[in-house]
Amino acid sequence: MKLTLKVWRQKNAHTKGKFVTYPADHVSPDMSFLEMLDVVNEDLIRKGDEPIHFDHDCREGICGSCSLHINGRPHGPKHGTATCQLHMRSFKDGDNIVIEPWRALAFPVIKDLATDRSAFDRIQHAGGYVSINTGGVPDANDILIPKVIADEAFNSATCIGCGACVAACKNASAMLFVSAKVSQMALLPQGQPERYRRVQAMVEQMDKEGFGSCTNTGACEAECPKEISLSNIARMNRDYFTAKLIKEEVHH
Amino acid sequence: MTLDAKIPEGPLAEKWSKHKFNLKLVNPANKRKYTVIVVGTGLAGASAAASLAELGYNVKAFCFQDSPRRAHSIAAQGGINAAKNYQNDGDSIQRLFYDTIKGGDYRSREGNVYRLAEVSVDIIDQCVAQGVPFAREYGGLLDNRSFGGAQVSRTFYARGQTGQQLLLGAYSALNRQIHAGKVTMYNRHEMMDVVTIDGHAKGIVTRDLVTGKIESHAGHAVLLCTGGYGNVFYLSTNAMGCNVTAAWKAHKRGAYFANPCFTQIHPTCIPVTGDHQSKLTLMSESLRNDGRVWVPKTKELAAKLRKGEIKPASLKEEDRDYFLERKYPSFGNLVPRDVASRNAKEMVDEGRGVGGSGIAVFLDFADAIDRLGEDNVRAKYGNLFDMYQQITDEDPYKQPMRIYPAVHYTMGGLWVDYNLMTTVPGLYALGEANFSDHGANRLGASALMQGLADGYFVIPYTLGDYLATIGPKAVNTDHPAFAETEREVKDRLKQLLSLKGTKTVNEYHRELGLIMWEYCGMARNEEGLTKAKDLIRALRKDFWENAFVSGINEEFNQNLEKAGRVADFLELGELMVDDALNRKESCGGHLRLESQTEEGEAKRDDEKYSYVAAWEYKADNQPETLHKEKLVFENVKLSQRSYK
Ligand SMILES: Cc1cc2nc3c(=O)[nH]c(=O)nc-3n(C[C@H](O)[C@H](O)[C@H](O)COP(=O)(O)OP(=O)(O)OC[C@H]3O[C@@H](n4cnc5c(N)ncnc54)[C@H](O)[C@@H]3O)c2cc1C
Ligand code: SF4
Ligand code: FES
Repeated sequence: MKLTLKVWRQKNAHTKGKFVTYPADHVSPDMSFLEMLDVVNEDLIRKGDEPIHFDHDCREGICGSCSLHINGRPHGPKHGTATCQLHMRSFKDGDNIVIEPWRALAFPVIKDLATDRSAFDRIQHAGGYVSINTGGVPDANDILIPKVIADEAFNSATCIGCGACVAACKNASAMLFVSAKVSQMALLPQGQPERYRRVQAMVEQMDKEGFGSCTNTGACEAECPKEISLSNIARMNRDYFTAKLIKEEVHH
Repeated sequence: MTLDAKIPEGPLAEKWSKHKFNLKLVNPANKRKYTVIVVGTGLAGASAAASLAELGYNVKAFCFQDSPRRAHSIAAQGGINAAKNYQNDGDSIQRLFYDTIKGGDYRSREGNVYRLAEVSVDIIDQCVAQGVPFAREYGGLLDNRSFGGAQVSRTFYARGQTGQQLLLGAYSALNRQIHAGKVTMYNRHEMMDVVTIDGHAKGIVTRDLVTGKIESHAGHAVLLCTGGYGNVFYLSTNAMGCNVTAAWKAHKRGAYFANPCFTQIHPTCIPVTGDHQSKLTLMSESLRNDGRVWVPKTKELAAKLRKGEIKPASLKEEDRDYFLERKYPSFGNLVPRDVASRNAKEMVDEGRGVGGSGIAVFLDFADAIDRLGEDNVRAKYGNLFDMYQQITDEDPYKQPMRIYPAVHYTMGGLWVDYNLMTTVPGLYALGEANFSDHGANRLGASALMQGLADGYFVIPYTLGDYLATIGPKAVNTDHPAFAETEREVKDRLKQLLSLKGTKTVNEYHRELGLIMWEYCGMARNEEGLTKAKDLIRALRKDFWENAFVSGINEEFNQNLEKAGRVADFLELGELMVDDALNRKESCGGHLRLESQTEEGEAKRDDEKYSYVAAWEYKADNQPETLHKEKLVFENVKLSQRSYK
């Protein structure tokens, strides 16, 4: 296959970026999308040009590193997969492919297609945990968890922290991600003691990071590689308002 | 220097508790006067960093990804072992110990392995308390499954993503300490070297991967939790960034490297499709429970299949060779990983491989679908079949899967004593980066266990002993050793960036991988290894003359990162070959062709090779010195494996 790529190139956070067009002439349908970029990069390096920078690591759809906006969609045209799980057989000979980084104020571009998603880490620093130390915990089977609850918590826990939900949202809201984290703990018995304090702390940090507000368009759910459900957002909103009402804990 | 593993005296079951009692403690008020550097935030690093910070130490943690959550541990699928005996099926610490020692083909230490089995039960408690959503039964209790040929169900799992759930647990504990100000986290930082002062590790030099800034960090101890080196083979199931740099630099500063040639090859991976292939994907071994492995009986039929002139399903029974069932009638398709892998490669080398490239064998579910019905097969393996189809565009319900072995795990690593300290005082190695517990072969679901054992339950005790001994005197980066190491790091980067030849770094990596796979993989012999040594040396020389490295240091430069890692792999590769040359026995995952039984099976040589091979670096391009740590077995009887 022969393709034409229009790729966002940006030297660093302080310079302006632009689209540059590259031919991709030796593309096999068996290649993954990232392998296609590897091949383009090898050619660029051989020509003395700078390779296109993008984040990636596991290439199995689980680490959440890869983060390409392809033809207007985070992680490209396939549903329920990350960029690294996309294969070139999803495209056809002669296609034009536009590749951009995640676009969000809270995810500044570092270089080309790589962005700084440390805001997600900081939201979790604020409260994404159960406050226990190593050792001195009860036997694992002392905590009984009904299978349905465990399964539901698991569904939330599958989030890979990629940020596609933010990139998909016209407001760059991080609600889907944050609510998945909040929900996992809110559902499990281990998360109960800090349930309301956690949601407050995490939402507060989310707001500080400059993510937009949620207007319920559902674009996040549609593009999420792990199919995290919008019901998480509803659950988080409930907890957040309960927290405000009962003022269970005043923290800081 | 003689190697002292510091295994405590006394009965096996009492060693660890006695040792814990004998270790020196750091006074609680003094803990905050110490700084500990933790490189790597996978399961081993994140659990260590969080636990040490909880105790009161100041921790500086480093990873090269943009977030600790993305460490390679995230990709583990199958599960984690623990001797909980929740299923009442006869499991015990003793049994897990025994299985691990035997699985490692008697090339690991009794003392270490027993401790691992002992603390395995605490790991599950810890993870559940953190909110790790392990699979549960309807009654609300934890579910288990049996894994990798074990006769008991002791594997805890979280759908197909146990690694992600365990890592998110450790990451959450780490986050809590970052929030508390006890851990300072450095993402997108690569450790470039260890700094030693008077023979003790006192810090590291790092490169900020975004700005290129070279920085020094001082600490009272340095913990390397930097993962395995399977990517020396270029293609492996490891994440793209996995590398040996941290361990290798430590090696060059005096840390011995143990059993480097011990690597694990996993039989059920999705085969290579072409030169563009960047990594391989593992599929769970459980597939071999119902799938039948075969190739055509003749080369001619295989050639026709490859060209697509005939379809696999049209091949008559008598034209198929179910080679595992034929050669190992009692275990059949369920022979251990190494036996399955080796036989698949043999078939391909004979020219009977299948798929477009001819580098694959069939794993066929047609019989299972007949026997169990498609729905039942779907219920059992649906997600794996989907994954296979997504990658290959072939429907495994309709045509046999194609599989091929791939490098998966490295048992070798930095030599450590019972306290997890390397031969450099103050420098520790945890997780896959050390060599300690898996001998010559690792059991499935035991790497996650070991990483978390090291980080949560071993290092918090053993590190205190060293810290109490050296005292809380402040350390800083003023010492000339830091400036000197920084200078060396900068020189090397300059040298790499000055390479303006004609071949890309990736091309060298791929060539190295082919050499390692062909001559230092699952079956080796003297002739091949000797050849490999020359090939690697020549390739390394060529790299430093003809490679092309793009860009500058003062920017985000992924090509430069890769160049540094490949340069280190080019050195490690030769040591692996030396180690394989030295070990003239077959053992664990490896067949030394000169050491086989009459039936052509692996033959271990306990008389001559019952030791850990620990290699000491001397100087660039000089042979390394071999030190032997004799393995003593007081509690298990050594036996030869047989799967006939
Ligand atoms: C596909 C796959 C599936 C697996 N499934 C299982 C399973 O089911 N059960 C099981 O028990 N095991 C499994 N394993 C093995 C297991 O996942 C690993 O052995 C284990 O996770 C390693 O953990 P670790 O903490 O030692 O290292 P890693 O998780 O590899 O972490 C390494 C860390 O070191 C950092 N690092 C490395 N070098 C540097 C440097 N120079 N500077 C700064 N930071 C650095 C990285 O950023 C990272 O944070 C699997 C492995 C693979 C490849
Ligand atoms: S919710 Fe989905 S899209 Fe958002 S970070 Fe998690 S996995 Fe990615
Ligand atoms: S590279 Fe890990 S999810 Fe895509």
